[in-house]
Amino acid sequence: MNYANYIYLIPLLPLLSFLLLGFFGRKYVGAASGWVGVLSLGTSALLSVYTAFRYFFVDGLMDGKYQTIIPVKIEWLRFSETLSIDMGILLDPVSVMMLVVVTFVSLMVHLFSIGYMKGEERYATYFSYLSLFTFSMLGLVLSTNIFQIYMFWELVGVSSYLLIGYYFTKPSAVKASKKAFIVTRFADLGFLIGILILGFSGGSFDFATLIATLTNTQSPELTTMISSSFLGITLLSWALTLVFIGGAGKSAMFPLHIWLPDAMEGPTPVSALIHAATMVVAGVYLVARMFPVFALDPAVMQLITITGITSAVLAAIIACTQTDIKRVLAYSTMSQIGYMMFAMGISGYAFNDTGYTGSLFHLFTHAFFKSLLFLGAGAVIHYVHSNEMKDMGGLRKTMPITHITFLLACLAIAGIPPLAGFFSKEEILLAAWESNKTVYFMALGTSALTAFYMFRLYFSIFWSKEAAHHDNHHGEGTFTMKLPLLLLAGCTIGAGLIPFSNFVTSNNIPEKMELHLLFSIAPVLLAVLAIGIAAILYKNENDKPDKIASSMNALYRTALNKFYIDEIYLFITKKIIFNLIAKPAAWIDRNIVDGLMNLLGNATIIVSDEAKSVQSGKVQWYALAFLGGILILTVAFIYLY
Amino acid sequence: MTDQLIDFFLLMKSELLLLAVIFIMLFMNITAKENADGTPVDNNHSILVTANILLLLNFLAGFFMNTSGNLFGDSFTSTELTAFQKNILNLGTLLVSLQSYTWLKTHKHVMEFYMLLLATLLGMFLMISSQHMLLFYLGLELSTIPLAALVNFDLEKKKSAEAAMKMIMMSAFSSALLLFGISLFYGTMGTLHFQEIPAALNGSDLQLYCLILLIAAFGFKISAVPFHFWTADVYEGAPVPVTSYLSVISKGSILFVMTTVLYNVFAGMGVEWYLIICVLAVATMITGNIFAVRQQNLKRLLAFSSIAQVGFILVGMSGQNTEGAVSVTYFIIIYIFSNLAALGVISVVSALTGKEKISDYKGFYKTNPMLSWILAIALFSLAGIPPTSGFFGKFFLLLAGAGNGNYTLVIIAALNMIVSLYYYLKIVKAVFMDANEEPIPTINLAFFPKAGLLICLIGIIVTGLASGSYNYIQELFASL
Repeated sequence: MNYANYIYLIPLLPLLSFLLLGFFGRKYVGAASGWVGVLSLGTSALLSVYTAFRYFFVDGLMDGKYQTIIPVKIEWLRFSETLSIDMGILLDPVSVMMLVVVTFVSLMVHLFSIGYMKGEERYATYFSYLSLFTFSMLGLVLSTNIFQIYMFWELVGVSSYLLIGYYFTKPSAVKASKKAFIVTRFADLGFLIGILILGFSGGSFDFATLIATLTNTQSPELTTMISSSFLGITLLSWALTLVFIGGAGKSAMFPLHIWLPDAMEGPTPVSALIHAATMVVAGVYLVARMFPVFALDPAVMQLITITGITSAVLAAIIACTQTDIKRVLAYSTMSQIGYMMFAMGISGYAFNDTGYTGSLFHLFTHAFFKSLLFLGAGAVIHYVHSNEMKDMGGLRKTMPITHITFLLACLAIAGIPPLAGFFSKEEILLAAWESNKTVYFMALGTSALTAFYMFRLYFSIFWSKEAAHHDNHHGEGTFTMKLPLLLLAGCTIGAGLIPFSNFVTSNNIPEKMELHLLFSIAPVLLAVLAIGIAAILYKNENDKPDKIASSMNALYRTALNKFYIDEIYLFITKKIIFNLIAKPAAWIDRNIVDGLMNLLGNATIIVSDEAKSVQSGKVQWYALAFLGGILILTVAFIYLY
Repeated sequence: MTDQLIDFFLLMKSELLLLAVIFIMLFMNITAKENADGTPVDNNHSILVTANILLLLNFLAGFFMNTSGNLFGDSFTSTELTAFQKNILNLGTLLVSLQSYTWLKTHKHVMEFYMLLLATLLGMFLMISSQHMLLFYLGLELSTIPLAALVNFDLEKKKSAEAAMKMIMMSAFSSALLLFGISLFYGTMGTLHFQEIPAALNGSDLQLYCLILLIAAFGFKISAVPFHFWTADVYEGAPVPVTSYLSVISKGSILFVMTTVLYNVFAGMGVEWYLIICVLAVATMITGNIFAVRQQNLKRLLAFSSIAQVGFILVGMSGQNTEGAVSVTYFIIIYIFSNLAALGVISVVSALTGKEKISDYKGFYKTNPMLSWILAIALFSLAGIPPTSGFFGKFFLLLAGAGNGNYTLVIIAALNMIVSLYYYLKIVKAVFMDANEEPIPTINLAFFPKAGLLICLIGIIVTGLASGSYNYIQELFASL
């Protein structure tokens, strides 16, 4: 079977299930909605796995290099002589890998949600939103050009807005969805301008063409982009920085991360899909997609590294103080994506590209264990009816499957061999060691912190005190809730054993994967140590954590308050923008405009009593403004210009 | 002789058809039956049905037998492009007419409404086809003065009358300045013919001054800042369908003409008008948005936001390339659908309940899910969120603007998109997410408004995703 014969079905099936459930779900499909979603996603996932198998083992490799295959491509619109916009599907190692991740995790989330969302009033609507999100994400991953990716990028934003705001009766959920939407939109603005610059200066929207022209040192496009500058920065740097800002917004990188913790207001399985495996890694994917171009500009790569490592460290510190389990996971996601990001930043193109491979390897393994953590958290919340750690404890006996799978995921994220997280994290650390020692030590510290806060979470949920009595009627959850946990746990164990660099490298030429056992000793020892500390502090209920917190009062409080970043934003938006721009505008309107027109009215009082009335004054004012406009233009263009 | 006559009829086809519709309506008015006491029989429904069918036929006829050629000593031209632009306006007018059904059904002067409305449309057609300053001026006046009467069509409301008064005063003011500009032009060039102007342009200060006056007249009609002051008052005072017509059809026609005139006739002064347009674009976007953010009245909000939308169109126009002209035309179509869908919902709600505040729309989704979705999609399109057509429209405008290398302008435009997103979302939030003790009751739509809204909805989705529409406009411009 040719790729072109079936590949379009992979994104199309979720779209169909969205349309079906969106229009007829509530009335006609009802309780079967979940299974409709699972069926369509299951087929998509099977096709994706089949595609991956074929691509990696049958016909993707040619002359020792993985080919970029474009099975479907339609010229959608010809904008001008040179610039056209296509719609198509692109297969290369990265997109095929993402295809498998997105469909598989989405399938797991669909399955889990059948039990989790049971009895919700808008059950069918929920599944239609999930399908829409999956469709958009698949479209994003398969895009052949930067315009197409932007379209799906925004569609992902819209559907995640709908999902986060699913509980629209909860004011906090509404606020969170709005925040996520606006913050990411703000970042997308950068992306949009970046696209415009790339499109015009690079001469194409197409990834392949763009990369080919810009990596060719002789091309006139590259020469223009490097030689012309705006505000002292070259056009190339501008374009890449702006595109990266778009990616940083979606991937919740510092300082655009403020939406992520609040987005936890959505249903928990949604967080497993959006905030673990798919949408939040879109930024990393975007950088990977255009990596050869990014690699041209060391300054932008530096920016990516700094943003990544800052986010990783900051988020890990904040995660240590949060008490809401989903927020801990949210910050941990941000920290792990920071890892992927800086790994991209320190990587070279074609050689010394361990960072690139490691970044995507970590993206791959992280998708499994983080969605497992979120789903596990979902099961716990489902059982306890609370997000707060203090309401939990001692759940290991009542929720054995959740307990074991959660533990596995925690060990994986902490980087304990032989679980998936160990291999990918080692790859990143190795890359950091080879290129930048400062980054390496910061990453190492973050890695230890990660182990600490994850086990703080683990012990608080499953150990700590004796299980409180929870009046639950559903036990640990239905079979459809347990099955995804077990499958994801399987991936968490197995995914790390894949020799990733045999498949994904920056120039698509397979390399042999190397393991440096001696190098791994330090990070693993540190992680074990951190787990030990967490065990001492949180395994049994005691007052040590509080003591430590109070002894580091200032630091602890700052971290607890997420370094006051939200407050700073609030200050800027509320105090500065509102007070300095909106209020004066209102004031000018009320006092100066109205005042002037009153003045005009009063001035003409002698001429006519009628003129005293506000209205006639107003029209005069309008005419005056009209004339004023002409006058200003005339003066500006004839005498000044 | 007969050939010439047929040519004449075909070239003026759009205008003559419209005249025919006006005459049929006039005739119906004269022959209307009266009750025993001399008051006219209430036959509003049949008048509205006739009017809508006639407008539909008029729109459909716009697709056939379009020929190219000039008339009246080359002062009137008809091309595939003008025929297309006129038909866009035909469609828009039909949509406005469909939406005004609810409001007009109980109105006493339906027939006059249509005659005034169609007279302004005729004026716009003349303007689009004009190849001479005088014909252009004639069309401009014909498209303005009856509109002032329409603004006054909420006959009992004082605000409506006041708005009409303001509008007529301001338009007289702007016309006077335009005429002043035209006469100075004539003084410097010795011709007012569009085909002869390019050769007579010398870029002198006086001509630049005339150009500013001309652009000011355009700016007045499309409510570009600082010529926009009348807009908010008039939009608020006018009945909602008239507001729709003003903000969409009237603006659209002027933008068509403005593109043609600036791109073709004044291409020789491109450097000058490029800068003027940039200044106006920035001022218009920023002012429109800042004031829209504060509005609580939905009609006023849309009035200010439509000012901001014009700012975006000016960004595209500043591109000074074929893409600029194409993307402006393309965006106008999208804008017609999106704005008419939003205003259509508001129009129905306002006509039946009198509610126009954002806070009145809280919980609207609970009682009117269908209308809520239409409103939301229209607002998303206005805000430029994919995959609605508004996104494509805005994207192409920005792309065209970036083609001239003025990235600062594009960045300002993109920033303004975010601001506009804020207030459009504010409405969506009220409609879908806020609870309300007394939501607007469920509205049963009559056939015509429903049809109008559905056409808009389909338009919003299809014009964006079907790239054919953009490429078709491109071909029209290329064939010139």
